[in-house]
Amino acid sequence: MRVGPGAYLLLSAILFAIGVAGVLIRRNAIVVFMCIELMLNAVNLSFITFAKTNGSLDGQVLAFFVMVVAAAEVVVGLGILVAIFRKRSSTSVDDVNLLKG
Amino acid sequence: MHPLAQATTQPLPLPEVDWRAIAPELALAVAGVVLLLVVAFWPRAGRGVLAGLTLAGLAAAAALTVWNWDLERVAFEGAVSLDGITRYARAVLLAVGALATLMVAQGDSREGEPDDSPPEVFPLLLFALLGMVLLAAASDLLVVFIALEILSLSLYVMAGETRRLAAQEAAMKYFLLGAFSSAFLLYGIALCYGATGSTNLLEIADATGDPTADGTLLLAGVGLLAVGFLFKVSAVPFHMWTPDVYQGTPTPVAAFMAAATKVAGFAVFLRVFAGALGGLVVSWRPVIAGAAVLTMLVGAALAVVQTDLKRMLAYSSISHAGYLLVGVAAAATVPAGVSASMFYLLTYAFMVMGAFMVVQYVSRLGPPDDDAIGERSSLEDYRGLARRHPWAAGLLAVFMLALTGIPPLSGFWAKYYVFLAGIEAGLTWLVVVAVISSVISAFFYLRVLVVAYLQEPVGDPGAETAPGRTPALGVALGLAGLLTVAIGLAPEALIAAARSAERILG
Amino acid sequence: MLFGQRLRALAGWIATLAVAAAFVVALAAFFELLSHPGEERTQILRGYEWFTSGDLRVAFDLRWDPLSALMALVVTGVSSLIHLYSIGYMEHDERRETFFSWLNLFVASMLVLVLAQNFLVMFLGWEGVGLCSYLLVGFWFNRRLLVVNPLGRLVEGEPDDTREVWAPPAAKKAFLANRIGDVGFLLAMFLIFATTGSLDFDVVFGEAGALAAGTATAIALLLFLACTGKSAQFPLYVWLPDAMAGPTPVSALIHAATMVTAGVFLVARTHTIFEASGTAQTVVLLVGAGTALLAALIAIGQDDIKKILAYSTVSQLGYMFIGVALGPIGYAAGMLHLVTHAFFKAQLFLGAGSVMHGNDDDTDIKHFGGLRSAMPITFWTTMAAWAAIVGVPFTSGFYSKDQVLAAAFEHGGIGLLAWAIGVFTAGLTAFYMSRYVFLTFFGERRWPEGRHPHESPPVMTVPLIVLAVLALVAGFALTTFTGEGGRFQAFLEPVLGAPEEHESLAAAAGLSAAATGLAAVGAIVAWLLYVRPFDWLALRRRWAGAWRPLAEKLYVDQVYEFFTVNLGGALAAFLARNVDQRGIDGAVNGVAELVGSSARSGRRLQSGLVRSYALGVLGGAVLIVAFLVFRP
Repeated sequence: MRVGPGAYLLLSAILFAIGVAGVLIRRNAIVVFMCIELMLNAVNLSFITFAKTNGSLDGQVLAFFVMVVAAAEVVVGLGILVAIFRKRSSTSVDDVNLLKG
Repeated sequence: MHPLAQATTQPLPLPEVDWRAIAPELALAVAGVVLLLVVAFWPRAGRGVLAGLTLAGLAAAAALTVWNWDLERVAFEGAVSLDGITRYARAVLLAVGALATLMVAQGDSREGEPDDSPPEVFPLLLFALLGMVLLAAASDLLVVFIALEILSLSLYVMAGETRRLAAQEAAMKYFLLGAFSSAFLLYGIALCYGATGSTNLLEIADATGDPTADGTLLLAGVGLLAVGFLFKVSAVPFHMWTPDVYQGTPTPVAAFMAAATKVAGFAVFLRVFAGALGGLVVSWRPVIAGAAVLTMLVGAALAVVQTDLKRMLAYSSISHAGYLLVGVAAAATVPAGVSASMFYLLTYAFMVMGAFMVVQYVSRLGPPDDDAIGERSSLEDYRGLARRHPWAAGLLAVFMLALTGIPPLSGFWAKYYVFLAGIEAGLTWLVVVAVISSVISAFFYLRVLVVAYLQEPVGDPGAETAPGRTPALGVALGLAGLLTVAIGLAPEALIAAARSAERILG
Repeated sequence: MLFGQRLRALAGWIATLAVAAAFVVALAAFFELLSHPGEERTQILRGYEWFTSGDLRVAFDLRWDPLSALMALVVTGVSSLIHLYSIGYMEHDERRETFFSWLNLFVASMLVLVLAQNFLVMFLGWEGVGLCSYLLVGFWFNRRLLVVNPLGRLVEGEPDDTREVWAPPAAKKAFLANRIGDVGFLLAMFLIFATTGSLDFDVVFGEAGALAAGTATAIALLLFLACTGKSAQFPLYVWLPDAMAGPTPVSALIHAATMVTAGVFLVARTHTIFEASGTAQTVVLLVGAGTALLAALIAIGQDDIKKILAYSTVSQLGYMFIGVALGPIGYAAGMLHLVTHAFFKAQLFLGAGSVMHGNDDDTDIKHFGGLRSAMPITFWTTMAAWAAIVGVPFTSGFYSKDQVLAAAFEHGGIGLLAWAIGVFTAGLTAFYMSRYVFLTFFGERRWPEGRHPHESPPVMTVPLIVLAVLALVAGFALTTFTGEGGRFQAFLEPVLGAPEEHESLAAAAGLSAAATGLAAVGAIVAWLLYVRPFDWLALRRRWAGAWRPLAEKLYVDQVYEFFTVNLGGALAAFLARNVDQRGIDGAVNGVAELVGSSARSGRRLQSGLVRSYALGVLGGAVLIVAFLVFRP
């Protein structure tokens, strides 16, 4: 069976949508952050697919950069979340609403 | 042979390295690393030393910017382009960076107390600036993404640099929403790449004229790119993080974000939309115009009901983003839209930084409040400011009147040129909305002055503590005030400089 | 502040001397101007070049021609007198140095406005005077002011209640009305630049004749919108009566003599644009005439002496707009009325301030009566201004009002309607002004026990006397001595253009007689009602049905309130289901309420929750992508 690029793109879109849904639904900040990572990786799948269809390397290079950036984001993001957890003992994003209006 | 297999067998064509083109960025990067090492290995270095080193790095970058002033070329095979937008944005960003360094150096500590914000904020400031300057020069969507992440990651950390609850909350909100929106931007890059076969803005520009390109994919990609940029410049409905983050984060960082992120964000916005995607202007102009209307009106209306000055300034920065979007909407067909927007960014950066400096000054008055979630920036704290601190109140008046757009201060010219460009581009209805919005906004800016000048101070003025010595903040305030007045009185040269930015290289 | 505590006491004198010096300079420059022949009397001072870029050149160019010279003389002259008066009036106010610095800033802005050579510099002045007006109306921000409720004692036995107001809402109302007008000015300016490529008066007026009729009408009407805000014409006049919450010298200077006439000046200055559009001239004429009548009717029903004068100002401004709407035959008449009105209305306000000064800041006309003997100087000077505004022959108001009406009659067509309204309004003016002076200075003493009305100090009475003399003789002096040929009109002709023909003397005399006769009737009726021993409050109760609408200001505020608050509220409720409508005062505040209520619902969206923000981002993204992909 031969799977065309359309299927990869569809899978990528579905993964992206799952990531978005997770950000909107989940309360735990760490899980929310993991969902964002899922979105980034869904996009990576698109990059690879497009690199294949376009016949150029740019997409693959981009995917590597995205991985690096995602790793950096993990470092920064977990740092922020841990700092908050130390002060509040909660990682629910719904508990964090001092600032509003 | 399969193209990928072919690519692996041949040596990778490395781009020619053009050190001179990115010299200012390199200077910032080097300075940032040096400061990081200093902080790590010399923990007892004073804030004055760190600020001095930061300023030295900025000065080096500025000198290199001047050296490169007449350079117009595309470097690194189209990844970076040097043109009017690049040099104008570089100059403005470095100036903003210098003012922010002074504000950070002042910090919120009084004499003899340890400062709440860690020394790492100086290298972070330099890295954020590096990302911004690179963003303004980026002419490849890959570089756009990298630069955006460099500046965002630095700012996430800076936002939460103190241990106050509000600062941490601001950092978390900014981080989660920023990462969320950059995923959208990235998806947009992917779709543009898929539709045009390239991430290079020059090649995308060529491809948009190509009828065989996949129109739907490209348009969806353009839409998602717009989402990412609109989030960074805090346009409605992507603005909601702005008030929370500006209010919660330390004032110097909020000032830096409000001024510098807008400059870099709009520079790339102009380059991508008015430059590369200029051929699709008919498609995206309604989106930008619609966002502009919402942004101006929502920002102005919500600012009216605020009781916290930092929060009000956040909403005011949202409505200013709306005026700038008018310039972006005009820019694709009218070159004056580019120069008007760039000039607007220049004036806006100094006005809003000045306003935040006054906030920082006032937050030093009164007893230190360790238990408070954030800093003292309630409008109540400004009652009768003119009696107690006439200079601070006078500068506040200058910045508020400039933000309102009252001639002869700089803000008036900024609005004037953007509106003129809008009319020239046939967006008269948009300019009418902008004028109405600026009428609404006059209301809350002047209310601050009414509070400062016409109301009696609350409580016992004797209980108030002195602001302490504020040499760095004083210098920064003086510079911002001077620039706001001077640009208003003699905008000619800067307008002319902005006009040279009208030609976009890819 | 700048000069230290010791000099605080001198702040008033310093400010007064500065303005007086400006007056002397203006006077010298004026005589220098007179030494030139008529056609060469336009001098343009190419000032500091603000900047040039592309085809836009903006400089602080100033224009010294007969029109701006006239305005500059009036502004500095009247200002000097009012500054002098203020030294006495504000003597016990602890923030008087602030007051004087703002008053000086106002005069400077007003001079920028009248001396401008391009629209941008004029706008600078226009905004400046608006800002000063806002600050000065709200000067007593922390003082509760008693505003006389004219409905008091309408039903016997009910308490004669007065209403408390704060200055800030009044300042806010003034600010909002003026900003609406400013939108007109800004848009007009953009339109002018878009069509003529310049903002310089000479260039713009040179091309005004070549404008398409539609464009000219749009520009003229937008400019006139600005005028209705600044000069308190229908429908934006509602702020001026409330602005009386400011100190009385401010009312006299800004809200009677100078700032509110800026609109009239603007029409005169841009007359070539208005001449290019017959529609716009008709609109100005009808709005002017309508406002004159409406405000005069409302003035009859007021019991607060400052409100009477405020509505009278609105009405008189209507006359000026009638004048400048008529084309070359009316410009000089409208400007003459502007000048004479500046004298007599400034006197009336300062006289009212003097009455308040001597009566514990009371403004209720029902508490005065018989003040003639207690305050002789105030009385006699007010009578002089009364004579002028009523139009007693050979006083200044007689000349100017007469010329406006004669020009309207001569204009024919729609001008005849304006003439008829003007003559009728002259009768009403005589009635309400006579009611004002009779109830204040004549008849029985009605002031409360323990009050000792006293005359004001010389620093206040000297300006009263000077202004009274001017109110009596200015009309005669100006129409006889100014310029060659002895005519005010001839002096302004180089700027405003010459009328095609001169009116015939016989008809003019007849027209004067009609207006004067009606005015006499009005004054006599007032005398019969208010001076003879007569229970006028009983009469008011008997005719409550007719009187109540006047006291309620013809329900204009209520109508505004209904439309802005109710409709605005309904709209906001539609947006956010339940919107709380709390106590809202005043009509224009409804606009603020609309913004406020929609903002409150917007704040609810700003919940502070990350996930709802993310939903906003997602919603925006879906909208944008769907629009781009699926648009037809």
